[in-house]
Amino acid sequence: MTMANILEIKNLRKSYGQDLVLQDISVSLAEHEVKVLIGASGSGKSTLLRAINLLEGIDDGQIFLEEKDISEVGVNADQVRSQIGSVFQAFNLFPHLTVLENIVLGARYVHGMEKAEAHQKALDLLERFGLAEKAHAYPDLLSGGQQQRVAILRAVITKPKVLLLDEVTSALDPILIGEVLALIGELKAQGMTMMIATHEMGFAKRVADQVLFLHQGQIKETGSPSELLENPRTPECQAFLGALREAGRL
Amino acid sequence: MSYSPSAMRIAREEARRRVSRRSTLIALISTVVIGSVLVIVVTGAPGFALVRQSFFNWHYAKKSFPTVLSGLWLNLRVMIVAEIFVLIFGLLIALARTSHSPILYPVRLLATIYTDIFRGLPLLLVLFLVGLGVPGLQISWLTNSAVILGTVSLILTYSAYVAEVIRAGIEAVNPAQRMAARALGLTQSQTQRHVILPQALRKVTPPLLNDLVSLQKDSGLISVLGAIDAIRAAGINTAESFNFTPYVVAGALFVALTIPLTRFTDWLTRKQDRARVQQGQW
Repeated sequence: MTMANILEIKNLRKSYGQDLVLQDISVSLAEHEVKVLIGASGSGKSTLLRAINLLEGIDDGQIFLEEKDISEVGVNADQVRSQIGSVFQAFNLFPHLTVLENIVLGARYVHGMEKAEAHQKALDLLERFGLAEKAHAYPDLLSGGQQQRVAILRAVITKPKVLLLDEVTSALDPILIGEVLALIGELKAQGMTMMIATHEMGFAKRVADQVLFLHQGQIKETGSPSELLENPRTPECQAFLGALREAGRL
Repeated sequence: MSYSPSAMRIAREEARRRVSRRSTLIALISTVVIGSVLVIVVTGAPGFALVRQSFFNWHYAKKSFPTVLSGLWLNLRVMIVAEIFVLIFGLLIALARTSHSPILYPVRLLATIYTDIFRGLPLLLVLFLVGLGVPGLQISWLTNSAVILGTVSLILTYSAYVAEVIRAGIEAVNPAQRMAARALGLTQSQTQRHVILPQALRKVTPPLLNDLVSLQKDSGLISVLGAIDAIRAAGINTAESFNFTPYVVAGALFVALTIPLTRFTDWLTRKQDRARVQQGQW
């Protein structure tokens, strides 16, 4: 490795019984780099992200976080996850906790931050992203876009080494998507290292340093956003983007 | 701009009022008819005078009230102590049964056997086994107190029920919640404590309270061991007078004791249902 990669995946393979969901996946992520995963539903994007933060076991291959093999048996998964931020399609905020309590939960109990310090940090974040008046509201009372932004803040308050975003706008109205994407754009501007699975091609184009096209569990094509999205080489990627264009989503 | 209701709205509201007046009328007639039938059947029964004399006799009611009431004080203490222990044990058993830790395997196995047995055993049998069996062992440092052994029987039986209710609550929490918590780096037990249990307990509060209501009335069963609770006190009164009114007095007191909790349970259930409708979960 010439340049220190934050994340390095080598020959990852994963199956559910007879179903091979990921094969021969090798990806690396340098510091401050943003890689975007595209591909049809079921192509393995979510499984790959979940494998990285050890929510899914893998069959073969290796995953390195800052050159430490985290796919080894006996690795402290909690400790690994504490360094990786994850945001899900369904937000998964904790409904019994307020916005503020949601954001500080990991900071306090995983990172041992003092209560006052954690609250101050969370309030600063909420303030900066226009959610300050929601600090003491319960998630039910927030719009989907607000909930997802809170979920992102919950993941970044502890300054993770990598942020994994799994189709974070797929459950949102078109009108609410923008505010979530703006927040992610801001994180990129601050240098956050990210791996993003998305169906928002316009967003992929803006934010990605590199786009990876997944098809039936394999990386079929990689490239810069402009070359991959405008001049796809493989027939699979052409078909996928063609279908998106027809649906008016490109 | 001022709004004046359209003729259509006025007609609709009139129609709604008609429907509602009709419903009220039907409810009224139905209540009167069923009520009259009940009164006629009961008061017309050949033995009614005798039953009223032996079950609803004001003289004996007044006479037995003080002793029955002081017996109820024992029930009250028994139910409070039992409720506290039942909640603690129920929670621990539920946690053991839902854990996946290999160290806890034997505990999990025991907890499963325990809940299977005590949910199936009639409380009366548990009372006999514990209340009469334990003193029969003649272990000098073990208590023979009917009250304590009776309370232990209640705790044994109800912990099994409550554990199952709490376990159902834990399993009803969306698995995505656990995933989100673990993704933050929370450990298994931190996840359980800060994310899963608070949601699980909220979900099962109504059925949990329902079990506590049931426990409250079943505290009267310790009388079979000879503890002088409300029912036993009523029994003593009855034995003196051959009049069953004291039992009715005890029954009325038990009902009075459980009504606040049952009303509260209903209110809480309705409140949770409303919240769910508002959140579009239905």
